[in-house]
Amino acid sequence: MVEQIAQQAMIVHGEAWTIKELFTLPNEYIYWSIQIVMYPFMTGLVAGAFVLSSLYHVFGIEKLKEIARFSLVFSFALLPVAMMPLMLHLQQPFRGIHVLMTPHFTSAISAFGIVFLTYAAIVATEIWLVYRKYFVETAQGLMAMENRSMIDNGRMMIFQAMTLGAWDISPEAVEKDHKACTIMAGIGIPVACFLHGYAGFIFGSVKANALWMTPLMPVIFICSAVVSGVALCILTYVIVQEIRKYMARSKMARWATDTDAPNAEELEATKHTEVMISSNYLLYFMIAAMTLEILDLIFRGYTQVKSWDILREVIMERDFTKIFILQYGIGNVLPFIMMSLPGRTVRRTTVACVLVLFGVFMMRYNVVIGGQAFSLSFSGFMDYHLPIIPHDLETFKEGLFGALTVIATPFVLFYFINMFIPAFLKEESTH
Amino acid sequence: MERREFLKKCILVVAGASVPVSALTLIDPKKVLAANPDIQWAFLVDTNKCVGCGFCVKACKTENDIPFEANVSRTWVERYVYTKDDKRYVDSPKAALYGYIDSRIDLGRGEFKEIDPKNVGKAFFVPKLCNQCSSPACTQVCPVGATYKTDDGVVLVDRSWCIGCGYCIMACPYGARFFHPIAKVVDKCTFCYHRLSKGLDSACVNACPFGARKMGNIHDPEDPITKIIMNERVGVLKDEFGTKPQAFYIGLAQEVR
Repeated sequence: MVEQIAQQAMIVHGEAWTIKELFTLPNEYIYWSIQIVMYPFMTGLVAGAFVLSSLYHVFGIEKLKEIARFSLVFSFALLPVAMMPLMLHLQQPFRGIHVLMTPHFTSAISAFGIVFLTYAAIVATEIWLVYRKYFVETAQGLMAMENRSMIDNGRMMIFQAMTLGAWDISPEAVEKDHKACTIMAGIGIPVACFLHGYAGFIFGSVKANALWMTPLMPVIFICSAVVSGVALCILTYVIVQEIRKYMARSKMARWATDTDAPNAEELEATKHTEVMISSNYLLYFMIAAMTLEILDLIFRGYTQVKSWDILREVIMERDFTKIFILQYGIGNVLPFIMMSLPGRTVRRTTVACVLVLFGVFMMRYNVVIGGQAFSLSFSGFMDYHLPIIPHDLETFKEGLFGALTVIATPFVLFYFINMFIPAFLKEESTH
Repeated sequence: MERREFLKKCILVVAGASVPVSALTLIDPKKVLAANPDIQWAFLVDTNKCVGCGFCVKACKTENDIPFEANVSRTWVERYVYTKDDKRYVDSPKAALYGYIDSRIDLGRGEFKEIDPKNVGKAFFVPKLCNQCSSPACTQVCPVGATYKTDDGVVLVDRSWCIGCGYCIMACPYGARFFHPIAKVVDKCTFCYHRLSKGLDSACVNACPFGARKMGNIHDPEDPITKIIMNERVGVLKDEFGTKPQAFYIGLAQEVR
């Protein structure tokens, strides 16, 4: 037993997935692995989803109404997941709360608590303002019901609590909600950008890392965040609309049996317009993101500072496939062409969105893992091997299955949140 | 009392109380002392004297409870070999725990390269450890303040407070930090702070048979180490990062990073 523990103790954190080549310092390993790739990816999705919803709320792009409401609820489901990869990556996860309780303000990470909670509060407030009328109506409907079942009682209590005691749903009060909502969304955009910009700052400010250190990093992160967030919203929206269409046709869900329920053709029509407009915004942000990333690369190649020799070998040789083929080729250029060619269809856009999401993931991967692919001595390399079959807790947490858990969680959360805050409502209940 | 009135008074009390409370921190005696401490520890490595025996690494691991076979170390020794055909080889197998008993260069991935002794231009060893920088990047980035600088210039880690995020490991330009395989928190060289504070030398200084490693108080002009640092040509590692390292090297080659 003692020997077993001693044997396990021999494996240093990071050793299980790092392969060293030539000269690397003895303590160098890929300490920030797949979960730290997931972290900016997930926060990016949160920020991007929120920005998409704000397009309607702030700039009043009416045609985006349905997808905007959907993205707002979805970004709420994504929120807790932004924290998950960090917790899975910490060596002392039970002390994670220290970051919120005793922040050390010279650290970029310490801002996490403040920015994250502010952002969470804004999203929650906005959802409450959008759905207050629905909460009140549902609660009143349940209260008026005679012989309520246990479930109905429970639901009534939850909805009563969610009204927060604000029962006034006169047109003036709702109009006030609407105004407050616009203001909250307006504040929300810079905060969402800050939430993700600072994730970029965490990397960009590490002066010891030649690949990460650039003031462009936060801006690059924000642009790619919006790209990935919009793409995920379009993708999920299309999938959910397809499910709703199926339900409307086969009358599977309770809402589908209502007399004024949207039929499959109506759903298809809204889906088409919303997807087309959102994907235009997706294209604009993709242009910005790609321009910045290429600018960074060209600038490094042109200035050729001390670190360029090793960076060139990593970027142009060792990680060439990951960067130029998977990230730029399949993840950026191909979907860009797919979406900008004439005769764009929802199906083609959906496929393009999947590729965009993959591209943004690869960008995070190439930044986080690529930044650790070379030694601080500039004389050696480290190769990352993602643990697939976990053989202990660490290789689970920081392996393929840990990452998949993180990806799956927002959808599970969305399912439950959707029970109380339905992302798709008939027009009159919300605004 | 009305709610509005109550809130107004609360704000007034908080604002009023914050003035005297902030005065308390202004005259914190610890800070006054720290502004002019008597001691500032510095390390001096004479690379000309190092033979790569690895005694320092062994002593360090034993003294500081770092698992002997684990592939991390608070201190390590690097070997540099330059061939006459202008090639450079560097290695540090197992952080030089067992010294350089193999003449072949460790290329990683289990590969080794034999170099013809006649082809060797120059070769030397460089011991490394935490530089206990004056403006450390690692303490700056710690999100919970678990790593900090003492008044006498040594950077320490609070094992009971470290959350294990690894940000300090990323921030250190010298690769001095790692995760302790048993404690599961960040670990680093402390200049053997527990020994220093008792008036003893650090374990590696004690173990070095050739006097390649020395330590002194750089604020004491009479300290022999301070005299060497002040009077001779010494260098520091990677000064471009602005961390102001406090480990000085005699005979530092520019290729050593």
